[in-house]
Amino acid sequence: MFQLDLFLQAIFSAPLFQGALLTIGLSLCVMAVSLVLGMGLGSMAGSPRRSVRWLVTLYVWLFRGAPALLVLLFVWNGLPQISEIFRAGWFTPFVAAFLALSLIQIAYLAEILRSAFAAVGRGQQEGAAALGMHRWQIFLVITMPQALRIAVPSLMNEFISLLKTTSLATVISLKELMTVSQFAIATSFRFLEWYGAALVYYLVIVSVLTLAQNRIEHVLSRGYR
Amino acid sequence: MNTQTAIQVAGVNKWYGAFQVLKGIDLTVRKGERIVICGPSGSGKSTLIRCMNRLEVHQEGSIIVNGIELTSQLKRIDRVRSDVGMVFQHFNLFPHLTVLENCTVAQRWVRKLPKKQATEIAMKYLERVHIPEKADKYPGQLSGGQQQRVAIARALCMNPCIMLFDEPTSALDPEMVKEVLDTMISLAADGMTMVCVTHEMNFAREVASEVVFMDGGQIIERNKPDILFSAPTHERTKRFLGKLLH
Repeated sequence: MFQLDLFLQAIFSAPLFQGALLTIGLSLCVMAVSLVLGMGLGSMAGSPRRSVRWLVTLYVWLFRGAPALLVLLFVWNGLPQISEIFRAGWFTPFVAAFLALSLIQIAYLAEILRSAFAAVGRGQQEGAAALGMHRWQIFLVITMPQALRIAVPSLMNEFISLLKTTSLATVISLKELMTVSQFAIATSFRFLEWYGAALVYYLVIVSVLTLAQNRIEHVLSRGYR
Repeated sequence: MNTQTAIQVAGVNKWYGAFQVLKGIDLTVRKGERIVICGPSGSGKSTLIRCMNRLEVHQEGSIIVNGIELTSQLKRIDRVRSDVGMVFQHFNLFPHLTVLENCTVAQRWVRKLPKKQATEIAMKYLERVHIPEKADKYPGQLSGGQQQRVAIARALCMNPCIMLFDEPTSALDPEMVKEVLDTMISLAADGMTMVCVTHEMNFAREVASEVVFMDGGQIIERNKPDILFSAPTHERTKRFLGKLLH
């Protein structure tokens, strides 16, 4: 039967806490890099040059189509086969997971940001251009803040989804939440308690993210209330 | 080009795909002049005024604003734009910024003015359009007429030597048209060089140095408002004015 003391022990155990930190750290790194690169890719999707738009489409097609598990295994096992560089010590499971998940996340965020940029409307750019603002100033001060406001709910959705996808990195033996739980179960055979403890961690993290989302939406919606 | 010339449009042709929107436009605006452009929708009047700060690109002919020819060189374009104010039909205020920030953003990023000075200039022009108490509000909290007056103040903050108005009252409720026109009339009284695309014929009669009538991408005729309104030479102008004035 379910043992409460074992469950509490699991929650407060050092490995699970470290696993959670790794999960959060990996998710934050992936999200930060993907936001910047996704924004670049998303704005390139509106480029007047056909070859650029085509390149964006190709990228999004590839990494939205490939399953995360496949990309993870490809990066971790496949890249070392391609080049010597990936056989060195720096290529840890964390780096591999970061690389694989970023490749996928960029594709999803680019799509979200592309539509958000398009939703801001040409009038805003024209209004700023008519004041003599440069293109990058318009992007930074006028278009981007408005696009982010539109995109925040979807971006947060992606972030939460990403947080849970990191559990797939267990297949490349990254010591994140799920891997740590599996290890503990392998020696104790206490499934309920350890899965339960891992679930609590995920729920707590997602709850915090949801609160953060409300806060960010509140701040960005000034002027729209 | 004469130093008294603010805008010189010469032989301008423009196409949207195969459709020619501007056909051989020649138009000179001298400093201090107030030109009203009118004409039926689709006549190319908005396209013409938008070419004057290169929001639209013309394919043939030349447009010289303040002595600077508009080419594809971005530096020149930005320079012309920062000296030429534009007011749009749909205001195009920045909804995520307060009224005050709308008025200071270009001063700070383009003119590189410190915040305090930009704020002082912004407040001066918000007072001028009789709306200083709304400085901390967001555009979405203002009426259409108030938003358009903020848009005028925002343009004036850049200390422009020419103001372009692209149907500034067309999106407004009738009772708000007057407050915007009054602001424009007071600008005209101060000697601002203005080009206005508008159907407000009373405004044209009161402030315009000249009225330009366009149809089918061409300038049909151009004259002082009293002459153009009372004795238009072209049949097309007569028909258009007949519908507008009665």
